[in-house]
Amino acid sequence: MRVMVLVKASEDSEAGVMPSEQELTEMGNFNEELVKAGVMLAGEGLHPTSKGVRVAFSGSERKVIDGPFAETKELLAGYWLWQVKSLDEAVEWIKRSPFQEGAIELRPVFETEDFGEEMTPELREQEERLRAETESNA
Amino acid sequence: MPAPDVNRTIDAVWRIESARLVAGLGRIVRDLGLAEDLAQEALVAALEQWPRSGVPDNPAAWLMATAKHRAIDRLRRAEVHDRKTRELGRELAVRGEAGGPDLEAALDDPFDDDLLRMIFTTCHPLLSTDARVALTLRLLGGLATEEIARAYLVSEATVAQRIVRAKRTLTAARVSFETPDRGELAERLGSVLEVVYLIFNEGYAATAGDDWLRPELIEEALRLGRIVAELLPSEPEVHGLVALIELQASRSRARTGPSGEPVLLLDQDRARWDWVLVGRGLAALERAQEVGGVLGPYVLQAAIAACHARARTAEETDWERIVALYDGLAQLQPSPVVELNRAVAVGMAFGPEAALELADGLSGEPALRDYHLLPTVRGDLLAKLGRNEEARAEFERAASLTQNARQRELLLARMAECASRNGG
Repeated sequence: MRVMVLVKASEDSEAGVMPSEQELTEMGNFNEELVKAGVMLAGEGLHPTSKGVRVAFSGSERKVIDGPFAETKELLAGYWLWQVKSLDEAVEWIKRSPFQEGAIELRPVFETEDFGEEMTPELREQEERLRAETESNA
Repeated sequence: MPAPDVNRTIDAVWRIESARLVAGLGRIVRDLGLAEDLAQEALVAALEQWPRSGVPDNPAAWLMATAKHRAIDRLRRAEVHDRKTRELGRELAVRGEAGGPDLEAALDDPFDDDLLRMIFTTCHPLLSTDARVALTLRLLGGLATEEIARAYLVSEATVAQRIVRAKRTLTAARVSFETPDRGELAERLGSVLEVVYLIFNEGYAATAGDDWLRPELIEEALRLGRIVAELLPSEPEVHGLVALIELQASRSRARTGPSGEPVLLLDQDRARWDWVLVGRGLAALERAQEVGGVLGPYVLQAAIAACHARARTAEETDWERIVALYDGLAQLQPSPVVELNRAVAVGMAFGPEAALELADGLSGEPALRDYHLLPTVRGDLLAKLGRNEEARAEFERAASLTQNARQRELLLARMAECASRNGG
């Protein structure tokens, strides 16, 4: 399964305060562990909302609102996308992260691979035959 | 109810730590079976103690320390009891690794080499394919026997048996817990990559059971591939394999239509591809090419998959490049199926006439004699050339060869289409 790991904004992140060298090193080490474990799919840090915009929808109307936005604790400062076996595994990983304050939100990503009853054994068999035969069926 | 939560935490910790734990112990005791037993004992101790005492702050260190104590206990007990373990203890003493502080120092070494040793051992060519797969999923993936059994739709006892036998085989053959030297590296690496690819294929085109895709095996293969790629970053084929499976996995969602029917590559809705995996696959291929060296079969197959991944629409596919890549693949791994694929690519790149010539040349291949795809391909090419009667006959033959009802329907429909064109 995939888990989206949402790092909430802080006053510092919203103020554009860059992490210290030590913090960067620690985060770099943590990221390296995630990569080595095959867990990391993607991850980025976000600029403060002062550099972002919101687009508000009302029927056919679209209104662009410039940042910054007030509700700091609801804002995001970064994210990871992890592939893990369970949400518990993601929790264990985030416990090892170097964060000293704030809160991290972990959200399972919808999996669309779940085809359920729609896949009959017949189709499965067909698919077997298609394996490694991509161009022949093109 | 705190206890079930602790058990889930232990599961998660095990998932993260078990490979390094077993690999680290393996280096010390030089026996993978014994190393796993020690790690399992540490796990049992955690299951007993953590629900009462709480999860320790550093669960990894706790497990390692516990396993180390067990190792020392065993070595001491061995003095009296077990001849085999006694030999082992003597061997360790000679190496200066037995006893407290030295053992401790040995365990604090960097983990990557240990993991690498373990991977080469669980994928040892001495073991049967099933055994290699089971042992790798168990020791490197940290999966329980029961989970492996569920994924492969066999009984738990079967998997347990495979693992026990595999460990015995390794011990009996005195397989050293070492990374292979330069001379054997290619063969041994090939075995590792094969195991990862087999796990992937089992998930991507399941050969048993009612589920046609098994996402958990796909994910496990992706994870194992990524781990190996980080451990052996200078081996292009490792990145090639990772690129190939990331790119293939990126199409999982698009491979079936609304009523569950298979959707062929060129008909797939590319918006449904997993673009995170496409990006990762292309990046892995780039890494393979940066490393350089001779392009191996995995890199070439990944490069073919990448031609499709880079095309925003099916029409934009760079078929000439695909032909060139199949040329390379056919040289490395000559096979009639590769030739047939190449013929199709030639048809897309240079027109049906040239392709038909190639396909005709394959008609004598024993491996393709009862293979419905050869007449399917010939029928398709003949139809494109307006030779409808011949095309009809090919589709008819293909329909008689396929075991699959849906495919037969499709072929019979194409047959009827040719017949009507022929008549009109």
